[in-house]
Order: sequence, then C-alpha cells, then structure tokens
Amino acid sequence: MADFRIKKHPILQIPPAADIVFYWQESPLTATKGETISSALFANGIRVFGHHHKDQSPQGIFCANGQCSQCMVMVNGIPKKACMEEVTEGMQVEPLDGYPVLPKIGEIPGMRNISELTIPVLIIGGGPAGLSASLELGKLGVDVILLDDKHRLGGKLVLQTHRFFGSTKAVFAGTRGIDIATKLEDELHGHSSVDIWLNSTALAVYSDKKVGVLKNGDTYLLIKPDILLVSSGAREKFITFQGNTLPGVYGAGAFQTLVNRDLVRPAEKLFIIGGGNVGLITGYHALQAGIGVVGLVEALPECGGYKVHKDKLMRMGVPIMTSHTIVSANGKDKVESVTISAVDENFKPIAGTEQSFECDSVLVAVGLDPVNEFYKKGIEYGIKTFVGGDAEEIAEASAAIIAGKIRGLEIARELGIDVGEIPASLYKTSEILKSKPGTNKNIQYPEIEEGVFPIIHCTQEIPCDPCSALCPHGLIFIDRKDIRSTPVFLGDGFCCEVCEQCVAGCPGLAITLVDYRNNKNMPTVSIPYEFNRDPIQQKDLVTAMDTEGEPLGDFEVLSVHSIPESDRTLVIHVQAPREIASRIAGIRMQESQITHPMDHYVQHLDDDMIVCRCERVKAGEIRSLIRQGIRDFNEIKTVTRAGMGSCGAKTCTSIIKRIFREEGIPDEEVTDQTKRPLFMEVPLGIFAGLNENEEKVDD
Amino acid sequence: MTDLNYPHYDVIIIGAGSIGAPTAFFLAKAGFKVLVIDKFPSVGQGSSKRAIGGIRATHSDPAKIRLCLRSIEIFSSWKENYGDDIDWFKGGYTFVAFRDQEEKTLKELLRKQKEFGLNIDWLDKEAFLEIVPDVNPDGLLGGTFSPDDGSASPLLATHSFYRQAVNLGAEFHFNESVEEIIISSGKIKAIKTNHATYGSDFLINAAGPWAKNVAKLADIDLPVHPDSHEAAITESVAHFLDPMVVDIRPQPGSSNFYFYQHSTGQIIFCITPKPNIWGFDVEETSSFLPMVAKRMIEVMPRLQNIRVRRTWRGLYPMTPDGFPIIGWAKNVEGFLHAAGTCGQGFMLGPGMGELLLRFVNNSLTAQDHEILPFVAPDRDFSGQELLK
Repeated sequence: MADFRIKKHPILQIPPAADIVFYWQESPLTATKGETISSALFANGIRVFGHHHKDQSPQGIFCANGQCSQCMVMVNGIPKKACMEEVTEGMQVEPLDGYPVLPKIGEIPGMRNISELTIPVLIIGGGPAGLSASLELGKLGVDVILLDDKHRLGGKLVLQTHRFFGSTKAVFAGTRGIDIATKLEDELHGHSSVDIWLNSTALAVYSDKKVGVLKNGDTYLLIKPDILLVSSGAREKFITFQGNTLPGVYGAGAFQTLVNRDLVRPAEKLFIIGGGNVGLITGYHALQAGIGVVGLVEALPECGGYKVHKDKLMRMGVPIMTSHTIVSANGKDKVESVTISAVDENFKPIAGTEQSFECDSVLVAVGLDPVNEFYKKGIEYGIKTFVGGDAEEIAEASAAIIAGKIRGLEIARELGIDVGEIPASLYKTSEILKSKPGTNKNIQYPEIEEGVFPIIHCTQEIPCDPCSALCPHGLIFIDRKDIRSTPVFLGDGFCCEVCEQCVAGCPGLAITLVDYRNNKNMPTVSIPYEFNRDPIQQKDLVTAMDTEGEPLGDFEVLSVHSIPESDRTLVIHVQAPREIASRIAGIRMQESQITHPMDHYVQHLDDDMIVCRCERVKAGEIRSLIRQGIRDFNEIKTVTRAGMGSCGAKTCTSIIKRIFREEGIPDEEVTDQTKRPLFMEVPLGIFAGLNENEEKVDD
Repeated sequence: MTDLNYPHYDVIIIGAGSIGAPTAFFLAKAGFKVLVIDKFPSVGQGSSKRAIGGIRATHSDPAKIRLCLRSIEIFSSWKENYGDDIDWFKGGYTFVAFRDQEEKTLKELLRKQKEFGLNIDWLDKEAFLEIVPDVNPDGLLGGTFSPDDGSASPLLATHSFYRQAVNLGAEFHFNESVEEIIISSGKIKAIKTNHATYGSDFLINAAGPWAKNVAKLADIDLPVHPDSHEAAITESVAHFLDPMVVDIRPQPGSSNFYFYQHSTGQIIFCITPKPNIWGFDVEETSSFLPMVAKRMIEVMPRLQNIRVRRTWRGLYPMTPDGFPIIGWAKNVEGFLHAAGTCGQGFMLGPGMGELLLRFVNNSLTAQDHEILPFVAPDRDFSGQELLK
C-alpha cells in the first residue's frame, strides 16, 4: 500500500505508526489516532477528495485550515471538512461528488435552549497574540475565555520548525516556533482564570453584542463579553493562473500543516510561488522533510523575505527566479508541471520567456490578509474590541507575541486593574519586530587569516539577536537598543574558542567559523546543518556553496557533530582552500537535476483561471464585468455568485480586489462587499441545541 | 414645459429594486425615456437582494392575486423570452397544518382562493407527504398545495430586469439620493438629487422601505413603515424538496416561518417576527438562528444536518392593512405610488411594473379598475389581510 508518511525528520518526532482502520470508498486504510481525515487520506496517497458540482473539477486540500471548504468528504453519510475532522476507527469516508444527499432523519431529535454566558474578556484565537494576551490577563487573575478552532493552542507556531528571529530577551528568539507554542501553552495552563476552549470557533459577532460560538465542534452558545480581543491571525492570499485549482496547488499553510504538523509527504517535487518569508521558509521545511524544491519565482525584482532565508534556500540548491511569475499549473487531475515566465516592469509576462519544470505540487505563498471581520463587527456594534497580531497587521510571530502582551495589559487597564504605566519600551520593541528588512551591507571577511574567525553571512538589517546572546565571550555585537543592526564580530583571530554556539544557534544558519590554526592553507570550516544525520557521513564529498548559491567546489566532510546545548542543529566540518574557505556559507542539499527546466514549455490551453473556487468563477468573467462598468463588489456577487459559496468569500475577495486594481480602478471607486455571518458553515441542528454525537441516522 | 437647464425624462423612478427595475424595463420597452435614481451603489442593493425569492399567486385578495399571476407568467417565461436565467423553479407552495385551528384557517382561506380560480387544493396527510415526503408526519393533518407557485433568484431577476432595461435605453443613476421634489401648480416638474436636477412629468415612488421619506418630499403622508425580518441560506445539497413550506403556527418570537429549496440546492428560510421589529435596523441578531432552527427541525427533522451558510436581515415596507399602495397621489399630479409591498415586492414586481406602465400611458383596463380599489392610496387602511 502506498505510504506517504515522513519516516525521518531532523527536527520533528515521528508519531507512532498508523494504528486504526478507516474506510475510503469501502476500502480499508490505516490512520494514526488523532489525525485529520485529510492527512490520513494524504498519507495513503489519496489527494482527490471529490468533484465540483458545477464542472466536475477535482477537489482536494487547499488551505488545510478549515477555511476554504475544498476538502469536503462524506463521513458516515454527512458532509464534513476533511481537514478539520479527526479520523476515527471504522469511519466510512466517501468522496463528495457534486451535491451531497442530506441523510434522512426519522424522528425529531432532542433539542435544548442555547445557553448564554457573560465573561469579562473573550479572546478569539489562541495563536502567539492570543496566547500572550491570555497570559498577561491570567497573571492578573482576570476571567478570560480563549477560543481556538484547532485541537491545540499556538496557532501557526505549531507549524514552525525553525528557530525564531527577533529578540532573545523579549520573544524567545532562537527557539523553534513549535517549542514557543508549547512554552506559552504550558505557562498558560498555570493560570486558572483563563478558560481554554479548543476546537471552538467564533461564528458571528451580532448586533446585540453577543458572540456566537461553536464550542468543541458540537455545541452552540452565546457569549456576551465586556471586552473582545480579536487575535484571529491571517489568511493566505491567492492568485489566478491557469490550472490554479488543480489538486497539488496548495497554500503555504496547508503544506506546512501536512508536513510539519501531520508528518505526511504531500509532494516529491515542489515549485514555490512567492519569495516572502513564508515561501522561503516553507521551501526550507520541504527540503528538511526530504521533498525536492524545483524552484521559486518572485514577481518583484527582489524577494521580500529576509535575505538569510533566501540565501539559505539558494545555497541548498534551490534556484530563485526574481521578476518571474507563474503562468500555469499543468496536468489533468493533478499537477504534473508548472510553466513560468519573466515579467516586465508592470508584472506582465514577457512572451518568449516561458519555461516549464516538472513538479507535482505548487505552493502559493503570495502574502497574507488579516482575519479581521470580527474586529470590524465588534467596533461597528459598540463592543469594546481590541485587535492584535496578524489580525491587526501582518508581521512575524515574534511581533504578535509582543502585541498580545501589550493588548493584555491594555485590556486589564480598561477593566480598571492597576497595571501601572505600560512601558514605552514594549511599544518600541513591537515596532522593531514588525519592521520590514532594512539595508543590505557588505560581508566582513577577516583581514589577517589566522586563528579562528566567525564569518557572519547575515548582512541585512533585520530584527534578530540570538548570535550576540550565544557567544560566551560577548564577541558578537548587536546594538541592544535596536536589534535590527547587523552583527559585528569584535575580536581578532585569537578570541574565539570554537564553541560553535553561534554557528548552531543562528536562526538564519548564516554564521560559519573558519579555523586556520591547524592548516593555514586548508582551514577547517564549521557549517550549520539541520537535516537528517544519515545522508552526510564523515569522508563524504559535499558541494560547498557561497551565500548566493554558487558552488565553490567539492570537499570532504571531516565530521558531523552536535554541540552541547544546541537544539537539533548539527555542525559539519569541511576542509577547504584558504582562498574560498571564508566564502563558504553552506552545502548543497539537492542535486541540480531536479531544478532543470524541461526541454519544451508546456502550454496550458484551458481557460481555467479560477477566482472563486467555491463557485468556479473565472478571472475572465470578473474582468469583463469590471470592463462593463461594474464597481460594486456586491453586483459581481449577484451576477457570478463569486463570494457566495461555502468559504464565505475568504479566498476570492483579495483576488477580485486585485483584478479591480489591475483594471486601473482606484480603490475608492469600488464598493466593498457586504460581510455577513456566519464565519463558517454549521449544521442547522447545532443552532437548535442538538448535540451532533447523539443523533440517529436512519436509512 | 421642458427646461433647458436640466435633462428631461418621460418618467423618473425612485428606487432600483424589486419594483423599480421591472417597471423601468416595461416603461423602456414601451418607448418611454426613463431615469431610475437609487441611493445604493448598484441595482437591488436595498431590500431586493434580501428577499428570499418565493413567488406565489395564492393570496386572499384579487389585487395581489391578479398582479402575482401576471408576475408568474413573466418570471416563468423570462429565460425563454430574454435569455437570462433567473433560477425560476415551479415547485409550488404548501401551507402545512398540525393543529385544528390552522386547518380551519387554511380551509377558510382556500374557499376564497378557489373562488378566484386559483390552482390550490387541500391535501390530507398522505397526499401531503407525497408532495413533501420529509415533513414530520407526527400530528400532521395535511395542508394546502398550490403547484403553480414557485421561486426565482431576486439577485438574478432584479439584475436581469435592470440589464434589459438598460439595453432598451433606460438610465440608472446609482449612489444618488433624491433631496427635493419640485412641484409646480400641483404637478410634478422635476427632482433634485445630491448631484443634479432632472425634469419629468411623472415620478414613480418605488423606494420600498424609504417610500415614506420620498413621499414626504412632496408633502404626502404615506403610511409605509419598515419592519425587519431575518433570513438565512444554507449550503447546496441534492434536490429533495419541491415546494415552499409555510408554517403559520405562532410561537414566541415568531408568528410564522417558511423555507424552500432554491434551484441551487440551497435551503432559504425566514421568519415573521412577533412582535414586529419596526425600524431600519438590518444588523444580524443572535436570537434568530436558535429560534428558527428549532422550528424548522420540528417540521422537517431531515434539515438538522444541512449547514447554514449565511444570515441577514431585510426590511418589509409594511402598510397598516398589509396591502400595497399603488396609484396616483391625490394632490400631486404625476406622482405615482408603487410602495408598501409588505415583503412581497419581489413577487409583485413584474405584474406591478406592467400595471404602472398602464398608469403612465393611460391604458388601464377594466380588470385593472376591479383591483385598484384594494390598493388605492386613499383607501380605508383599517382592514386586515387574512394571511400575510
């Protein structure tokens, strides 16, 4: 039987083997207890979950986050989101082809009144911002209900296997996201005034100042908070290209969920769209999971993400093509190749520059939008509403942690609790952590090549400081007042004692050591390494790469070792000629064949550039309406049904706004769509106080 | 009469909704130069888009019956005649009875409806279950069934009337509000909006819940008061339900409720609040879904697993007696009321549009004169409709 589980991972623990049996189209498959249906299906190689009622197009995973409704399957006769529902022993899962048949119910079920409760503070979203705010309020003994729609707290932190950037002092920089989530969660459990509701989703903020909540996936109730904090994070933007809804085209969050949370392997050869931090980091995560990364395109002339992330990917052997865009994802029921092209200064593809690459998955990482609808409704309806983290402004998780802390204190103050003055330094740190990458400086090489020198390949101003905190002799300097300054080595060749803490601890894997002491002409270079241990052994030849991903030569590995107190990052020693030793930034991790373009480019002839996935509305239809003079988003909905499908306009909204812009219509001429509850679809019986688990199904 | 300082139209309509859009279409089709003014950014954005789409002729008074019979003819042949799909589905209407008092009310009404020649009958329990197999059989007595009624999409239909009207030369000005009605020697002369002045001898007030405010600009007191109803729509599921199901049993919070399966497979449902919720507030409340969910599952347990997608509120422009107000204003020549449709504007719209054309081109028929007293602006409003 096909098995697409990740069996080895340099950072993550491999979960216990699949131990339960469920059925897909009546065939038995194995699954791991506690995993979602979608991951169980993917682990068994099933990636098409059904077919759309309108054009029979194959449907599967897109967001893996409960938002997009593309992954609907029939579970024991009832339609469910495969990415949110846990698989259970004996479960019968069927594809959803077209409209589901509503199961017949013989008797009126037991129903009860919907309960209502009041609470001083309701927090929507238990990611970094919501967790930090809850912690501040928990310390002060404030009664809080913290909602999160997942089965554990942490939001997207639980997908982040890499060490975090940011401030060591303020936000756990240098610690892996997954571990920050656990730390915050464990700490929160010590505060009894915070009531944590997992698997619980806010559905609506109503005009009578009540918030409708689906608790534990099966019970509806109304909460009237004195104060509402919206820390509901972000949703991924999507773009149009031909074949953009083929199974195998994922949002970055979906890919990270499958790979890093559920340890299934959704791809063998991945192509990435978007050179922001999300796209760059996810490429790295893919490589760590043993998935090939064919290439990455970015429409802008420069990647928007941190340079260290970009460098890391390039030196591991991933081509990054800036001023390029995706033209099409090609294939019948799955992605088989991708076609890209160069773009001109207006981001229009340049004819004749098309190239195609073989791949089985396309990862879309073109930015995030705040999930702020509850915030807007809260304000509109006169509830005291606060907002923090990505729901307020898209930034790194480290920024969200500080923002949550600040909101927690502000809320306490609003409740009349004496929290003193909220330190101005917190607000300043928050601003620093939110800042975009600054200027890029020249790399500093040692003037006299003797002794030991760290080479700091980190030359761009970003908020990050673990290296300076790690050096036991304080030899790496970063201005404490503004950690965006680039690190500077303060010593000479005789200060460093080669503890290699900076090599293993730099979140950007951007520090190497060059040790000239044993052999001045063939110094030893210490290189950080975060992959499985087995593929590289002592005496193997590896290709050393410079910062920009240029190969510098093949060299023998002297050792692969871990260093005391380092968290899973290994260090590799190679010996290299003096002339190039200090330019070595890393080693190639994938062969270059995988990145070669095909000898012809694949033309995609179908007109299937989809804007609204739920209703299968194409970009051409929207464009033509805009050209006819339509300026009201609601009129587009009326005519095309775009935005009226099951996801609640979560995916198409940003695309339609973008098409308006592409057509030269200024934002102020466009009437935005009316946003209405519910946040997601919920069975009618839930609103009647019916407990889903007690119903009887006839037939 | 034409003033050269501003453009002149044969007819100006205030409101591009369920009434204004089809009326513009019929006027333009008859060759009139029409201007429609609407304060919203596009067509049908006031109350029309909030309608659930039920269309029936099975009322209890000759005016609404005749207007809606004509509407059904227009809706049902629209795609064939004009090419636009408006989701028309002839699924019929049922009013279900679980108690003697509703059976009695419905049968009394039925007598009257049959007198008007409507295709409607009483079905006993077994016959009713054949039409609506999923209705709860417990305590079911039966109900009325009118197979010629149906449903369409208010979004698509109103938009299609609009587009066809534009194709025929009608002008629509959106994001524009009428601020002044200029009357000279007791006759409509022009209107002034926040943008410009437009001349016309005829003004049709099709402003729905805002009709009272428009009439006031001409010093007319029009008894139209908006009342807020809440509705919702579900996901699409395979077709299992043909007719609209109406349950007229009053319960705390609601006097009746109804639901049907739209041609897109979605269940759309709505309640009539009790007591009425007067005013212009259309923000969603927390009380609607729990109240209506319980009632719906009691009537049709199968609905418990259908997933609710979206909920909203819309305004019913109510009149004191529950009948619309259609006709010339008494003291202002050229001012034509087309208001107070009491939540039935969508089903009345096309029939009313043709009637309004006959007002304007002075071609009212003998049949029209039979029904006009029921909707006359100067009627005695103290009567009450049997079944709203």
